[in-house]
Amino acid sequence: MKKGVMRPGHIQIRVLDLDEAVKHYTDLMGLIETDRDDQGRVYLKAWTEVDKFSVVLREADEPGCDFMSFKVVDEATLVQLEKDLIDYGVEVERIPADELKDCGRRVRFTVPSGHAFELFADKKYTGKWGVSSVNPEAWPRGLQGMKAVRFDHALFYGPELAAVYDIFVNVLGFYLAEQVLDPEGTRVAQFLTVSMKEHDVAFIHHEEKGKFHHASFFLDTWEAVLRAADLISMTDTSIDIGPTRHGLTHGQTIYFFDPSGNRNEVFCGGDYHYPDHKPITWKAEDLGKAIFYHDRVLNERFLTVLT
Amino acid sequence: MAGFQVISRTTGDHFSCQEGQSVLKAMELAGKKCVPVGCRGGGCGFCKIRIVDGDFECGKMSKAHVPPEAIDKGEVLACRIYPLTDLTIECVPQPEAAFEKQTTTKA
Ligand code: FES
Ligand SMILES: [Fe+2]
Repeated sequence: MKKGVMRPGHIQIRVLDLDEAVKHYTDLMGLIETDRDDQGRVYLKAWTEVDKFSVVLREADEPGCDFMSFKVVDEATLVQLEKDLIDYGVEVERIPADELKDCGRRVRFTVPSGHAFELFADKKYTGKWGVSSVNPEAWPRGLQGMKAVRFDHALFYGPELAAVYDIFVNVLGFYLAEQVLDPEGTRVAQFLTVSMKEHDVAFIHHEEKGKFHHASFFLDTWEAVLRAADLISMTDTSIDIGPTRHGLTHGQTIYFFDPSGNRNEVFCGGDYHYPDHKPITWKAEDLGKAIFYHDRVLNERFLTVLT
Repeated sequence: MAGFQVISRTTGDHFSCQEGQSVLKAMELAGKKCVPVGCRGGGCGFCKIRIVDGDFECGKMSKAHVPPEAIDKGEVLACRIYPLTDLTIECVPQPEAAFEKQTTTKA
């Protein structure tokens, strides 16, 4: 049952070289730089997003993901969910307002897969970039590169998926949209949603804790995915695989890497989810087709190359 | 088009690498497969090699995969290594692929 978690709000990504990373996420992917802070972090957003930022880049000597944050409907919901997490036995940390510029207080917790997540209720509303909220034009001029539409979801690798499921589904009100089951019936992948999207966050089983697989950005059309592929070649950006289609979620996709080795995805399409939908199951024996619907074979990189 | 020669002591492969080009990129362009290719960005540790002989420059590499003491031992990431002389390299064995029951997953 939904409990007031609305959507992905932002993700903080560690990069080895800030300038190279900013160039990648802005010039190539089409995000817009909206601010920087005195810790040196850079704030970015995609043009259709109404809040001030959705991606934060932090320079560090090890790439990966610091945390992913979800926006909840209001402060009362944040208070309630914080209490629910504590009652469930999850340790929470309170991050004060404005630790990230123009973002309200955040409630941070780490799930048993080793990944940090946050909830927050407020962030400065700056509106869609480059278009008015009255009689808006179809799209703004001046977008760069892939013209990413929104930060859409992230995929994490780590252990203890069942315990992670309990927190997301039972405490935070996410739904299981799709799963991969091994022959013994153990869930080795879970795609979770709080929206009509087929996933807002996903996990794949992996022995090592806290690994980051990819941050994904939505594009409108298959044509835009092919154009993204062209741009990846034009800029000699490190490609992983694609353009192709996923079995899981049926999205049309391409994977590539940022200059620090963090994986990115841009995709379009995909199935939708309502709360009365039962989970879709893929068999681990058919994982090749589940992940890469056309090749029907996994590239080893997809399972092992992580930050 | 001369460049530097890179020789893999593990597989016997050799290929040439231009100045300013990473060892991994040169290997990929030569169609060789002696070093595993991951992110190509110094982040995933997939392309770890040991430089047995020769001089090189390093780009930024994840500390998780290349702590400072490893660089002194020549244990580096091929995607972030730019040769200054001919190089002899060795492949470092990969940790076990981590996805459980991966043997059953090839379609
Ligand atoms: S390929 Fe990822 S570190 Fe070199
Ligand atoms: Fe994805």
